[in-house]
Amino acid sequence: MSSSASTGNPAGTGSPAATGNQQLKHTPTGLIAFAWTLVGVPLAYGLYQTVKTASSLFGG
Amino acid sequence: MAVPSFLARERIVARPGFNRWLIPPAALAVHLCIGQAYATSVYKTALVEHFDASLTSIGIIFSIAIVMLGLSAALFGTWVDRNGPRAAMFTSAVFWVTGFLVGALGIATEQLWLVYLGYGVIGGIGLGIGYISPVSTLIKWFPDRPGLATGMAIMGFGGGALIATPLSRQLMGFYDPDYVASGPGANVASGDAVAKLFLTFAVVYLVFMMFGAFIVRVPADGWKPAGFDPSTVKAKALVTTSSVSAANAIKTPQFWLLWIVLFCNVTAGIGILEQASPMIQDFFREGDASTVAATAAAGFVGVLSLFNMAGRFVWSSTSDYIGRKPIYMVYLGVGIVLYIVLATLGSSATWIFVITAAIIISFYGGGFATIPAYLRDLFGTFQVGAIHGRLLTAWSAAGVAGPLIVNGVLDMAEGEPGELVAGDYRPALFIMVGLLAVGFVANLLVKPVADKWHEPKTEPSPSTQEASAVR
Repeated sequence: MSSSASTGNPAGTGSPAATGNQQLKHTPTGLIAFAWTLVGVPLAYGLYQTVKTASSLFGG
Repeated sequence: MAVPSFLARERIVARPGFNRWLIPPAALAVHLCIGQAYATSVYKTALVEHFDASLTSIGIIFSIAIVMLGLSAALFGTWVDRNGPRAAMFTSAVFWVTGFLVGALGIATEQLWLVYLGYGVIGGIGLGIGYISPVSTLIKWFPDRPGLATGMAIMGFGGGALIATPLSRQLMGFYDPDYVASGPGANVASGDAVAKLFLTFAVVYLVFMMFGAFIVRVPADGWKPAGFDPSTVKAKALVTTSSVSAANAIKTPQFWLLWIVLFCNVTAGIGILEQASPMIQDFFREGDASTVAATAAAGFVGVLSLFNMAGRFVWSSTSDYIGRKPIYMVYLGVGIVLYIVLATLGSSATWIFVITAAIIISFYGGGFATIPAYLRDLFGTFQVGAIHGRLLTAWSAAGVAGPLIVNGVLDMAEGEPGELVAGDYRPALFIMVGLLAVGFVANLLVKPVADKWHEPKTEPSPSTQEASAVR
């Protein structure tokens, strides 16, 4: 996530070209964490269940 | 076709300071839901019993959905690019959820045609719009890492099946206490349980997809990530900073070469996915019995699902470093070698069979995830979503051709999958080798798009273009 954070801006925010006189408003970190958790938890559940099923291939 | 103002592209232009890492979860929220399409086998037998129908008549539900995916992505691609990701995600959610509701009604009233119409046609439209909805937005937010960005979203499509398969079993067990999913005494769930499963999915997917629709944003015109120099992208071979419209893209040889590439890659992958479970048992048959137990065969399907998902993220991200054309040379060229190994040495040891098949499936997933970035390299970001939508007709065609090839070859053998031997699969595997060779040559022929197809340099964005057309 660090590829865009080289000019002092927070990671991911980039350069506000062509944005006129709009005020700088950073995305709340909590919202980003919540969004990733919302998609991450079901994905982790699916991965766990699939690994459990897949392990029967190696269990003899 | 105008959309309500709260869905309009103009309403979701990100303010300065917006963090682009909110976009991948928005895309995942949609793709994790529509990825359920690849988990339909979990209740297939229950529907066969409920409707007293053949496996083929139930299998058609999935086939209709995939054909509708390709058609709707092709037809609505330009609309998606013009109106932006929120309108597309919202519309996709409405179709996908309505598909489940109509499908549930069909199951509850024992009207199979309603399931075809609901899950197949209506849900399939939701699939197509949802699949392409975040692609061009991600590419615009991540011009420095387009392969990683689209890989994350399209990985979600693979992940959706990983979630929906075990969740479906658990929910059907909850709704039908007599249902035993596996092991001794395994049986099938009642139709009532499947109908309630559809209703549950409708509610859950509505919440998730709407969440994605309401957090998604598009970058302001001229936005670029801090420290990103577009000229470094231009320096790479095959990457353009010009724009090609969707209408012009389909007139170029590059579009059709990539269509062939995707078609061949997907058809070859389906060759294994279609018959994964019986195939591994047949490859290791000694007399009437297989040395691979049914539970281990189910485990093999799980391994393939994991590699399918991981391939989407890993290979697509890798393409950001080695380039799109070289990565497809790997998918198709190494794929040829692996298919030959599978056909000739696959039955000599289980580990050779499993590793070879797993890598092939990772290339199958990688092919899906890398194609949007390849299109962006060749045609620019202007209408990349619409171009991607048109290219997905190759997926629909492969979804028909792949099973036809494999089933056609196996029909010539004596017996059904699960009663065959490795040699019965060899003709199908060598046909896949031939297909991959065709795809490999098509990829080699891809050259930069001729200047005559480029839009004028000062072309407006899709939103401003629409506004100017109205004026």
